[in-house]
Amino acid sequence: MRSMKTVIFAAALAFGFAGTALANEGVELPEQNWPHGGMFGSIDKAAAKRGFQVYKEICSNCHSMNLVPYRALLGLGFTEDEVKAEAASHQVTDGPNDQGEMFQRPALPADRFVKPFPNEQAARVANGGALPPDLSVIIKARHSGENYVTALLTGYEETPPAGVTVLEGRYYNKYFPGNQIGMPKMLNDDGIEYKDKSVKPTAKQQAMDVSTFLTYMSEPTQDERKHLGLRVMLFLFVFSGLMFACKRELWRDVGH
Amino acid sequence: MAHASKFKNPIINWIDTRLPLPSLLHHEYVEFPMPRNINYLWAFGAIAMIMLMIMIATGLMLAMQYTANVNLAFASVERIMRDVNYGWLLRYLHANGAAFFFIAVYIHIFRGLYYGSYQKPRELVWILGVIIFLLMMATGFLGYVLPWGQMSFWAATVITNLFSAFPIVGDPIVTWLWGGFSVDNPTLNRFFALHFLLPFVLLGVVMLHASAVHIVGSNNPLGIDIKGPQDSVPFHPYVTIKDLFAACPFLLLYCYFVFFEPNTMAHPDNYIPANPLVTPSHIVPEWYFLPLYAVLRAIPDKLIGTAAMFAAVLVLFILPWLDTSKVKSCAFKPVSRFFFWVFVLDCIMLGFCGASPPEGIWVILSRLGAVYYFAYFLVLIPVLGKIEKPLPRPASISESVLKNSGKPMEKA
Repeated sequence: MRSMKTVIFAAALAFGFAGTALANEGVELPEQNWPHGGMFGSIDKAAAKRGFQVYKEICSNCHSMNLVPYRALLGLGFTEDEVKAEAASHQVTDGPNDQGEMFQRPALPADRFVKPFPNEQAARVANGGALPPDLSVIIKARHSGENYVTALLTGYEETPPAGVTVLEGRYYNKYFPGNQIGMPKMLNDDGIEYKDKSVKPTAKQQAMDVSTFLTYMSEPTQDERKHLGLRVMLFLFVFSGLMFACKRELWRDVGH
Repeated sequence: MAHASKFKNPIINWIDTRLPLPSLLHHEYVEFPMPRNINYLWAFGAIAMIMLMIMIATGLMLAMQYTANVNLAFASVERIMRDVNYGWLLRYLHANGAAFFFIAVYIHIFRGLYYGSYQKPRELVWILGVIIFLLMMATGFLGYVLPWGQMSFWAATVITNLFSAFPIVGDPIVTWLWGGFSVDNPTLNRFFALHFLLPFVLLGVVMLHASAVHIVGSNNPLGIDIKGPQDSVPFHPYVTIKDLFAACPFLLLYCYFVFFEPNTMAHPDNYIPANPLVTPSHIVPEWYFLPLYAVLRAIPDKLIGTAAMFAAVLVLFILPWLDTSKVKSCAFKPVSRFFFWVFVLDCIMLGFCGASPPEGIWVILSRLGAVYYFAYFLVLIPVLGKIEKPLPRPASISESVLKNSGKPMEKA
């Protein structure tokens, strides 16, 4: 019995520390109900596809996604032709060719998402000194990941609370650490036209969709991970039972 | 000449008459007498060994894909996550495996403390164990640096800078550790080389640790030595099956984290590429170092704080000689038992202190915690060993077993 207590104790220890490490400073984040949450959840591909549209039309004007190749879109249900067409709509520098010159060519599915700015300095000068972070793993790089991104994208306030002066070129955001963010409010109700007319493109809807898209891109293998995990856990559970039975049988007549 | 071999299998017999490895293994892991009354806490040595094997196997495969260069390391880890077949599995098994290796070893250490497993004649077993613990901490820290995220970089900076606390030689040591004048590419390269090397050194010390325990025999919850065959069971199959069963729930919990909460024990900032120009708002080590980190920060002086942090581990080396008690197991020492559990809570509290910003109540708690930590080893254990009158103990393991289970002492 004591050994069981120890195991539970160790688990509590692990969770306890994790809990402290995760505690977010400042305001409470609203938690959304994500289809990809929990052990049995999986990415809502339709939402992620809409999210890609938001990313493409809005975010990608300033934010790069350097670690992600266009072929990653295949996992969201885009066809090979669609991915090829999407890649080909961007130009990348390649070379040198036989003449020793660099040249431009349309991107291929194996190329990474083309950056909006050639370098950090260019990105900063175009954004009032602020650097739009790369979005490849943004969901994993923030406390509460997709909840934070959704809250941030919809957390703007036209008039800041009394006594707060918003700096030149900064915007008031409830959820941004320090509340003064370099990114203006980008998502507006009906600011985008979804191909799927049954979904109303409210700002909140767009924020959730693009968060779903970024969640997928931060770890495209996550559905596979959970799927394999369930089978591994089931196996270990059955195996535990078997081992317990073996142990009981062996020790049955042995005083201990 | 060659010793008489006892194996039925002719091939094993052939080998054994030329190289007595099968005999050795048979002696140490089949017929080796184990106290029949050991409980499940004794399984954590075997569980730690399983974790070490998982770490070496996954680490080897990760090393084949990883690139130790400041410009490429972060992207190479993401390439492992996205493009290497089951790379995500290898990396999560490895990253969470480190935490679970520490969980197993911490339980193993606390078990040793509670049951007096460090006492004569097991001093060397214990000392080798402390060396393993030190090697684990070094390896864990080096590994944390490799993904080259923000926490990697800043943890490397903070920890290596501790050596600058030493007067005169401090700064040259830090420069020597870095291989330059800041944490940079040479640092990452050597950290990778050492992170690859140390687990094998660790494995060597684990073998010594196991050899030493097989000379003096395992301790048990009563802390009374085996007096005859009626007190023991053969290692195989009795202890092997018990360890194997005990490993299952442990691995189940481990797999839960690997597959469903793979990043919960890590810090999100480590998914931001290292940037020497941006300091994270608060730098924390991996959770398994937090109690020591709290001891470090409890003392306002850098040199004394660093010394205290090292002393917190080094004090374990002299524990066998600090304990003046003739009785090993806390089961017979109610006062010692009480202070042992206070010590466990103290370590957990120090963990929370290490995770919190060093201000307000946390500073006070860190200091109280650090004082109790050292007082437990340097005052309570030596004094209680002298003055506490232990409860009456059974004459032998078999006597106690017979009384508790009422089962016949069938010779196994």
